[in-house]
Amino acid sequence: MTEQAYNFAYLDEQTKTMIRRAILKGVAIPGYQVPFASREMPMPYGWGTGGVQVTAACLVPEDTLKVIDQGADDTTNAVSIRRFFQRTAGVAVTEATTEATVIQTRHRIPETALAEGQILVYQVPIPEPLRFLEPRETETRKMHELEDYGLMHVKLYEDIARHGQIATSYDYPVKVEGRYVMDPSPIPKFDNPKLAGNAAIQLFGAGREQRIYALPPYTEAISLDFDDYPFVASKADHACDLCGAAASYLDEVITDDQGSRMFVCSDTDFCGSRRAAGHVGRLGTPLAGGK
Amino acid sequence: MYVAVKGGERAIDAAHAWLAEERRGDTTIAELSVAQIRSQLALAVNRVMAEGSLHDPDLAALAIKQSRGDLIEAIFLIRAYRTTLPRLGASHPVETANMAVTRRISATFKDLPGGQILGPTFDYTHRLLDFKLAAEGEVPSAPTAPAIMEPVPHVTGMLGRDGLIQSEPAGNDTPSDLTREPMELPASRALRLQAITRGDEGFILSMAYSTQRGYGRTHAFVGELRIGTVAVEMDIPELGFAVEIGEIELTECETVNQFKGSKTEPPQFTRGYGLVFGQTERKAIAMSLVDRALRWKELGEDYSGAPAQDEEFVLMHSDNIQATGFLEHIKLPHYVDFQAELEMVRKLRAEALASKRAAE
Repeated sequence: MTEQAYNFAYLDEQTKTMIRRAILKGVAIPGYQVPFASREMPMPYGWGTGGVQVTAACLVPEDTLKVIDQGADDTTNAVSIRRFFQRTAGVAVTEATTEATVIQTRHRIPETALAEGQILVYQVPIPEPLRFLEPRETETRKMHELEDYGLMHVKLYEDIARHGQIATSYDYPVKVEGRYVMDPSPIPKFDNPKLAGNAAIQLFGAGREQRIYALPPYTEAISLDFDDYPFVASKADHACDLCGAAASYLDEVITDDQGSRMFVCSDTDFCGSRRAAGHVGRLGTPLAGGK
Repeated sequence: MYVAVKGGERAIDAAHAWLAEERRGDTTIAELSVAQIRSQLALAVNRVMAEGSLHDPDLAALAIKQSRGDLIEAIFLIRAYRTTLPRLGASHPVETANMAVTRRISATFKDLPGGQILGPTFDYTHRLLDFKLAAEGEVPSAPTAPAIMEPVPHVTGMLGRDGLIQSEPAGNDTPSDLTREPMELPASRALRLQAITRGDEGFILSMAYSTQRGYGRTHAFVGELRIGTVAVEMDIPELGFAVEIGEIELTECETVNQFKGSKTEPPQFTRGYGLVFGQTERKAIAMSLVDRALRWKELGEDYSGAPAQDEEFVLMHSDNIQATGFLEHIKLPHYVDFQAELEMVRKLRAEALASKRAAE
């Protein structure tokens, strides 16, 4: 069912043009935050209005859309955003990473490697990697202009001095093509290596902060570190209890009040596909007849 | 055996249905009509129009009904609707000197051309609960007087003739539009005023109050506060001239502020300006104080570091739709980043405990 009162994918064509220009500029200058005239959307700021506007500007009727939140297709906000586009654009939707042409995500990069032709749209709360070091936008824009990232290195150094390691576990900054320091949105640092050299187009939308930025395919994005304290993409030291995957990012689930817990893949499509293919974890049961 | 949290769709549908039922409330009590809200909760309607940046009392009343009286939620509904509207054109600037005033007071002159008109104000009511209202009694009609036909000139205009108040440069430039271009700082005064007039009433009030208590003091006199209707005119290209397309109610406040002069400006009074949809005088007065506080740079005043003088601080935090969205989003799932933090804290603790044990 599509809503007739609104344009395809909700936004009017003029607005989409404006957003597409910002996206193109972002793709042309990887990692640079492009200001755009973010619109008020029918969901609150903080719920992914930036991602929704970028997705709306990218969608064409032939697209197949996948929406995930925390890696899962069935979290409430992922359901809500997927429904929004089913309603306003009538596009096909899927949970399978490989079948999607556009994937909107919050806080994760899918485990399954993306391919050329796919677009990954991130929802971004605070696009400015320097924001918590310098609250003023007028200052941080100047710092980017001058490529003045000393403050960030000092922060990372202070982490090491205080904690013996870089104590940032998500939202871990990267340097793009040797120029702009970029905030990858609050993905766990486990996902950072997937930012670099990715075959898909990666677009980042921050609605409230009115910024769009991008990583074109096969772009270099290096997680900041020091030679003697190299970046480590860490995860819980377990295998998935449902599908047995040893190298996927895991959610910890508390199963009783006696301290029992289990670990499961945060990427529900990845986990489901593995189980359908016969993989069984510590607490899993073989799936009868696939998904 | 762990079962994945499925059923997001069903949960959302059920939540929406429950919400609709709660909104209606007890069905043995008559349903509130949009017309009742519009006419009897007019000040709430005004606030929703002002902060929603859309002058439509019927839609604002509908939004209040739909939001169960949560005005920020109602403002959000109006904002979301507003963005979908096509821009047909722009009106001429409204001329508030020609306002048909229902209230007009000056705190700086005892009497003045156009007179002082108290109008429908709470100002001198005794704040005693009126239990007659609970009994739903009829209200006797108020006495009337003939409408004032003489013009009601602005107080600041009279001060300006004597050069006692700083003059504003006249200009025909089209101001930039906050809702169509990303905010860039430093902002022009026009842009600042746009942001403040749609800013959260509570936030603007507190910012203004802070200047009164000494954080960026600009001691303000209310030169004039006027409420009334003005005509909105628009050029119709097919006709080749402007026609009146309607009337809107506005509240305008002009403050006159002490100013002893600076390195660049002679001693004279300075201005703060507030203009808000509807009868919204708390907001209009607060707006004019915040406007004045933000003008320190152009007037060559010192920056004392007060929050109300800090353009970026005020403009980036005044919008309640942005603020409430970002504030409330922290209730959305954050399992993934929390998990990353859990692993980090466990690792740091293990290392700290190990080094403590080694030291013992």
